[in-house]
Amino acid sequence: MITVTGARKSYGDFTALDDVSLEIPAGTLTALLGPSGSGKSTLLRAIAGLEGLDGGRVVIGGRDVTGVPPQKRGIGFVFQHYAAFKHMTVRDNVAFGLTIRKRPKAEIARKVDDLLEIVGLDGFQHRYPAQLSGGQRQRMALARALAVDPEVLLLDEPFGALDAKVRADLRQWLRRLHDEVHVTTVLVTHDQEEALDVADRIAVLNKGRIEQVGDPVALYDRPANDFVMSFLGSVARLGGQLVRPHDIALHRTRERALQLDARVGGSPGVIEAVVERVVRLGFEVRVDLRADTGERFAAQLTRAEADALALQAGDTVFAHTVQAVNPAEAEPALAI
Amino acid sequence: MTTTVTGGRGGTDVSALPPSPQPPGATPPAAPSSEPVRPAGRSGLGRVGRPLGVGVVGLWLSVMVLLPLAALTVTSFEDGWGGFWEAVTAPVALASLRVTIVAAVVVALVNAVMGTLIAWVLVRDDFPGKRIVNALIDLPFALPTIVASIVLLSLYGPNSPVGIHLNATQPGLVLALAFVTLPFVVRSVQPVLIEADREVEEASASLGASSWTTFRRVVLPTLTPAIISGTGLAFARAIGEYGSVVLIGGNIPRETQVASQYIQQQIEIDRPVNAAAVSVALLAIAFATLAVLRWYAGRGLRREEDSA
Amino acid sequence: MTTTTPARLGLRTVALGYLVLLVAVPIALILWRSFEPGVGAFVESVRTPAALAALNLSLLIVAIVVPLNVVFGVGTALALVRGRFPGKGLLQAVVDLPFAVSPIVVGVALILLWGSGGWFGGVEGLGLQVIFGLPGMVIATLFVTLPFVVREVEPVLHEIGTEQEQAASTLGASSWQTFWRITLPAIRWGLTYGVVLTIARALGEFGAVIMVSSGFPGVSQTLTLLVHSRYIDDHNAYGAYAAATLLMGLAVATLLGMTLLDRKRSTR
Repeated sequence: MITVTGARKSYGDFTALDDVSLEIPAGTLTALLGPSGSGKSTLLRAIAGLEGLDGGRVVIGGRDVTGVPPQKRGIGFVFQHYAAFKHMTVRDNVAFGLTIRKRPKAEIARKVDDLLEIVGLDGFQHRYPAQLSGGQRQRMALARALAVDPEVLLLDEPFGALDAKVRADLRQWLRRLHDEVHVTTVLVTHDQEEALDVADRIAVLNKGRIEQVGDPVALYDRPANDFVMSFLGSVARLGGQLVRPHDIALHRTRERALQLDARVGGSPGVIEAVVERVVRLGFEVRVDLRADTGERFAAQLTRAEADALALQAGDTVFAHTVQAVNPAEAEPALAI
Repeated sequence: MTTTVTGGRGGTDVSALPPSPQPPGATPPAAPSSEPVRPAGRSGLGRVGRPLGVGVVGLWLSVMVLLPLAALTVTSFEDGWGGFWEAVTAPVALASLRVTIVAAVVVALVNAVMGTLIAWVLVRDDFPGKRIVNALIDLPFALPTIVASIVLLSLYGPNSPVGIHLNATQPGLVLALAFVTLPFVVRSVQPVLIEADREVEEASASLGASSWTTFRRVVLPTLTPAIISGTGLAFARAIGEYGSVVLIGGNIPRETQVASQYIQQQIEIDRPVNAAAVSVALLAIAFATLAVLRWYAGRGLRREEDSA
Repeated sequence: MTTTTPARLGLRTVALGYLVLLVAVPIALILWRSFEPGVGAFVESVRTPAALAALNLSLLIVAIVVPLNVVFGVGTALALVRGRFPGKGLLQAVVDLPFAVSPIVVGVALILLWGSGGWFGGVEGLGLQVIFGLPGMVIATLFVTLPFVVREVEPVLHEIGTEQEQAASTLGASSWQTFWRITLPAIRWGLTYGVVLTIARALGEFGAVIMVSSGFPGVSQTLTLLVHSRYIDDHNAYGAYAAATLLMGLAVATLLGMTLLDRKRSTR
């Protein structure tokens, strides 16, 4: 369990953390999600002790570590660019934390072998980091962080430097690893898909403040405000309101649209629009539309829906939402 | 090895030096051209590639560089191997070589430690006037060596205002050599330290290593090639140094007379063969040093390529 | 690395203390000694006939060495980058040689090549005094400055490649036109940097020049030789300080010039 209370940090005029308080329950995998400059990395580094705070406290596992140097916080930290010790072999990298603790050689060897097997790097013991791929290096860095049995595992954009395919694989792998070792894990990411995919809980940060904390479904379905809504998942602006593109339904006739819209509360009503372009993205179909007000928006349909409508550029359609969307009126979801 | 003037750009003077023991991160020396073969003379630069251009350039370099050194080497063996050996092992000659090497080794070690420390402070510390201090590092390269000698004498010579008299002593010798070789290690370590990945040090700290452990086990190994290359260059430079020691060294045979002073003396008393023989010995030491550095740098480079 | 404040202050103190004692104080002291008797005395000391002659000789040597180094330096760089010929590796090594040779050894080698009794000693019979004459000093300076232009121009030539030159030749430019209009402008900053290094080194060279100069005041003394002889032969410490300060001024000007050039090159 990690508790941060009233954390503040500025760099000159720039406020990185503005009175941030956050609780991270033991054993969870929590993602700190936000755009660059939102303070998510600063928060993580403050938990690690790599960054000093201007004010506030950090408590890890019941111990107040606010003034404690990173060496003594019992953390494991994984960096975006691996921070591999280039002059050491994979084995020596993973063993580093144990070696400087002067653990018995046999224990170190056993532990390193175990960890390398867990991260799928057995057989690579005697390679140097430069001989590994990016994904392998990051798995080595993870093993290195786990070797000292940290109380918490902190990952700073760990997959940010990898290409999309490797990133997706590692994400799955991290999730499985977490399910095995259950160490309290905090992951910093700017990739909403990554956060939704891997985390139990997500804290959305913006401009040094926490906008909302909750489980992925709650954040997606009941965003506390426009920022959270537009940061998690795509949005369209329909009649002045933010809507998920897959929550827009299209009809050939106004009557049908009105009929169905009446069942949804708080919707912007039925909007007449002209189809500008129909784009098939595999199973999904994106329809680019221009409303009669001149506003442009996109709707996302399934292939079957799109085929049924037989849309063509230039067609006139009637759009309405199928969900109540105004975040202000939605039930508040675990807002801080 | 006398690079009186260089500097201005961190480490570049070093990259201009022969053995190309490049500080990691510096631009690699001109690699063999991989240009496609073009018909000579089609563009402006084909001309130099043609036999005539190469011939002129080769002739120029031969007359300017190779022939003098050839004349030197041949003269040193004028009286055969025995004569050469006798000239080099003459007691005073041998003593001057010993003084030179001992002083150069001491200076190289001082540089290895102080140069690394200064580079560290310049990169990682922050204090008012840091830019001026940084500029000061290049001064010994820019100053003519005789000026270096005068400058040190004014503080540590017979007229010393603080009463320190290092004139004509071995510490004075070391001081002069330390002055002229100051930039080598600083300028070869500095860029490596700037480029060094701070995350690696943070990773080490997060794993529980103390600052000292982190420096010794994580930072120092990455700096080692640059330290070795800078130290080696400083050594090679110190071996042949003349201008900066000529006034403060004292030229006392068997005590503070360095090899270059001995050589100069032998020319003055018209013993060219002796002068040439010790010169060749000095050249051999310098070349051997640079060859070792080049081999070491090449090894590092190969290792990186293998693992890439 | 999180260095504690006392450790950082300690390291800083050691580093700065070393630099102050080794570089800053001696230089400040010599400036103070040069100007303590007044600027007038300083000016007088560097305007004696011998000093002016030394300055003139140093500048003359620079004036001869720089064009030669530019022509042959650019030529050598072109040959090394663009040429394909056997022995290129050897040529590379020869260019670097002067850096590895002690200036005194340079002097000895030149004496043994050009001096009376040397391989080319015959030229003295033709009335051309190389050693103990101006040609000797020029050759010695050429030897020690030879690598600068080559090594500064070479990487630039590599970088610009041959495409622009090929484009120019397809547009009908002759070899000379291509060189003057395309290649030379492209290498001008590297070349300038090499020239500045050459000038600074030529002004400051001591060991190689003292070996091949007759060292007569007003005739064959360069500025560095003047500093030396004033201190050693004339026991004129003040005169030596003043001349050294003048040389130092030239060196600092060079350093500033290089810094500016460097900025220009990198923002190019």
